[in-house]
Amino acid sequence: MTPASPNQIPLCLENATVRFGDNVALNHVNLQLLPGETCVILGAAGSGKTVLLKAALGLILPDEGSVKLFGIDTKSVKERELVTLRSRLGILFQEGGLFDSMNIEENVAYPLENQRSIQCPKEEVQPRVVEALEFVELGHTLEKFPSQLSGGMRRRVGIARAIVTHPELLLYDSPTAGLDPITANTIMALIAKERDIRHTTTALATHRYQDGHLLANYRYNARTGRLESGNDSKTRFLVMQEGRIAFEGSESELEACTDSYVSKFVTMPVRG
Amino acid sequence: MFEFLKGPLLNIQEFVVLSGRAFRNMIRTPHYKDDIIIQMDSIGVGSAPLILLASFFIGAAITLQMSRALNQYGAGGQVGNVVAITLVRELGPVLTALLVAGRCASGMASELGSMKVTEQIDAMRALGTDPVQKLVTPRLIATAFMLPLLTVMSDFLGLVGGWAVAVPMLSMTTTTGFWNSAYQALVWNDLAQGLLKPFAFSLVIALVGCHYGMQTSGGTQGVGRATTQAVVVSSVWIIILTFFIGKFFVGLN
Repeated sequence: MTPASPNQIPLCLENATVRFGDNVALNHVNLQLLPGETCVILGAAGSGKTVLLKAALGLILPDEGSVKLFGIDTKSVKERELVTLRSRLGILFQEGGLFDSMNIEENVAYPLENQRSIQCPKEEVQPRVVEALEFVELGHTLEKFPSQLSGGMRRRVGIARAIVTHPELLLYDSPTAGLDPITANTIMALIAKERDIRHTTTALATHRYQDGHLLANYRYNARTGRLESGNDSKTRFLVMQEGRIAFEGSESELEACTDSYVSKFVTMPVRG
Repeated sequence: MFEFLKGPLLNIQEFVVLSGRAFRNMIRTPHYKDDIIIQMDSIGVGSAPLILLASFFIGAAITLQMSRALNQYGAGGQVGNVVAITLVRELGPVLTALLVAGRCASGMASELGSMKVTEQIDAMRALGTDPVQKLVTPRLIATAFMLPLLTVMSDFLGLVGGWAVAVPMLSMTTTTGFWNSAYQALVWNDLAQGLLKPFAFSLVIALVGCHYGMQTSGGTQGVGRATTQAVVVSSVWIIILTFFIGKFFVGLN
């Protein structure tokens, strides 16, 4: 396989350091995400997972080092150029980040109507919104407002909004936090479905090992419409501790790791 | 040694940067016209009943308090003059601005603050919108347009309140005498002062409200703190500014 050229690499962090006053939120982080790869970022609350994703999105600029999106250093371009760059990305925020003054249709249509580099014709907006909402099985919620939906449904709308532009890189910030196990599994199945249908490069921050396990061991079968057991060699695991990467490797390496902090995240999921 | 200055200086820097971006966005596309109209409705139409009611009674109260002194000097006929100058030069703009600050600066800070803590501002940036262009500039334009209009309405209702006490209630002068006296008291300098002040106050209200909203951190408690700070800081600046603008116009005389 030929190595990807720098401008094909969706995400590359080199010695990225982010500080908030005296607190070091990211501490010399090095990470490269190749096209089609899945990266599961595990870590306790406050370990820097969200900051890493926000730095990857160019919402936070590193104080030291660099964050490159498709080969472009986020520090070297203006906010307007970052906006164009971000149109190649999709993100699901921890709290969903839905606009509570807009209904679901307007929320999902927002990136299509506001990202000028996408240039989606007006007549195509509604069909694409419906398609994205049907992907997350919420095609019937167009007229509703975020406050009328449950937490799990709001996350699914967040996923619909993230994928409506067909981005090349998808970032998920704790998509299952605070959800019951059944809803959490539904969300993770949707993430795996999106990854396997469109072969999107995916970064997922979570504190639940089961989420990473599902992405690493299950593939979406478009023919049967179900997740099926199947190992994915393109899934990597990172464990973050106080802003730095404490572990990087495959699932089997993670399970074999004897580090006391890292091993805390490995819980054998219930199989069935 | 000067560590304690770091916080306030950073705050001022953030305020200046936000103000610069809000003004610069007025001449840059895209322009969110719908948001401007919505904000005009909220700030202007929404505040009008409160301001008109308050202005009427302020005008009435001034007249009531001045009546004894004016009658003592046999100058009851000049009541329109006194009420017009007091209202148009000072009380109309300041009272209107303070009421709008209480109602709208707090509203802006809490709305933007809630959006900040629920990651809606980050989502906006991530989805291709400059939050300053979408949220701050429309509020700035709407306030700058509506506050002078509200002030003109406030001045007029204040004069009506003054008339209601001076003529029907205390019989200090006739209706014609009241309005003639009020009209003749005002010169261009007063009108310029009475319109420049609300314009300056509108910038303070919108920018301070939005600044504290955009700086919100710390969940719902942070939203409450931002709201309080927005009202307090904008009110204090209105009072400070009215003195300096007044001093400038008094100097012109």
